[in-house]
Amino acid sequence: MILLDSVLGTIGGSPELLALFVGFGLLVGILFGFFGMGGSFLVTPALLMMGYPARVAVGSGMAFVFGTAVIATMKHHDLGQVDYKLGGIMIAGTTIGIEVGRAAVFYLEELGLAGGIISVVYVLLLGAIGFLVTRDALNGDGGGGVDHDAADKDLSDYEIPEIAQTIQQTVRIPPMVTLRGDVRVSAWVITAVAFSTGLLSGFLGVGGGFIRMPAMIYAIGAPVPVAVGTDLFEIVFSGAIGSYLYGQGGGVDLGIVVPLLFGSALGARIGSAATAVVDADGIKVYFGGMLLAGSVAVGIGEVGSYLGNELLETVGLVLVLGAALIVASAVVYTSLQSLRETRRQQPSVAD
Amino acid sequence: MAGLEVPSWDPQAALVIGVVLFEAIVLYVGYGGLERLVGSHLIDAFVGGDDTA
Repeated sequence: MILLDSVLGTIGGSPELLALFVGFGLLVGILFGFFGMGGSFLVTPALLMMGYPARVAVGSGMAFVFGTAVIATMKHHDLGQVDYKLGGIMIAGTTIGIEVGRAAVFYLEELGLAGGIISVVYVLLLGAIGFLVTRDALNGDGGGGVDHDAADKDLSDYEIPEIAQTIQQTVRIPPMVTLRGDVRVSAWVITAVAFSTGLLSGFLGVGGGFIRMPAMIYAIGAPVPVAVGTDLFEIVFSGAIGSYLYGQGGGVDLGIVVPLLFGSALGARIGSAATAVVDADGIKVYFGGMLLAGSVAVGIGEVGSYLGNELLETVGLVLVLGAALIVASAVVYTSLQSLRETRRQQPSVAD
Repeated sequence: MAGLEVPSWDPQAALVIGVVLFEAIVLYVGYGGLERLVGSHLIDAFVGGDDTA
């Protein structure tokens, strides 16, 4: 009750806003649980469009990612999909990257440019990743997102992507590290990937999963399940460090984070459960489309903000929420359809 | 220039992290318990239960 009062107090005592945050958290949680990434790329731009200062939008987005990652990691820990050696090196590189990214936000904020530049980087990043995921989904080669058949395979069965093989053969600066799945790679490659993704993480207030997971697969050569598990493990640390640093500057608003997490914890369970009954390939195209819609929405919102046009800012916000709602609904609907189909086909199993 | 700085101890920031961590653990345990209690009933309600069996 005290926590609820405190949360209501910090968001201006508005139950509508509280419900909005819980609902938005639910949507993001479903997407995070199903795709294994995308925990926060919608939260920070939505907060920016709602008029929160860049520091609060990024800091609160990061604290939300931290909480969601704790929940997801507890679940994946039991599956044994975490490479702690890889995670340890990634944490070291990411820590420095986050600090540089955070300092950059504070510096840009002093110049009054933070909101605009963060939004532009979001538009470019979401647009590029959205384009790649959509293209791969349409080509049917399974790129982007989590392969839900992954759990059935042995780690040694995973083929190392060509680009990762090239990096492993070219960059052989000692010390070399052997990862789970018998992958041998230079510690410097891991550090470089960690620093780059940490920089984006600190700058954008995201866990970095949607950048780091593909980076671990395509640049380091980690098997998909190891990349997913280790990524989640790392997000716990990077999220905690980032939240602490932003918390020092008063950038974490619990009135935003607590209700978002309340919704996302439930959503993550629904999304994770959905992975057992739905093949992700069919929905990846929606996911890519959602990233593209998010990128367009941030762009529209920024143009509206620049022109002082509130309607455009609202259109941007509605587009972000609408995209998340459509994809999350598609996940739930497809899951229920699959369950119905399964029960129809195997009536005797139920007995 | 974006310079590096060593984070100093800040009880307020640590409390914020602690609250988020505590909430995450409580929600994980709480929703887990709910899922075990009512999960199958909810699935039956949405999917249509044993009507096809």
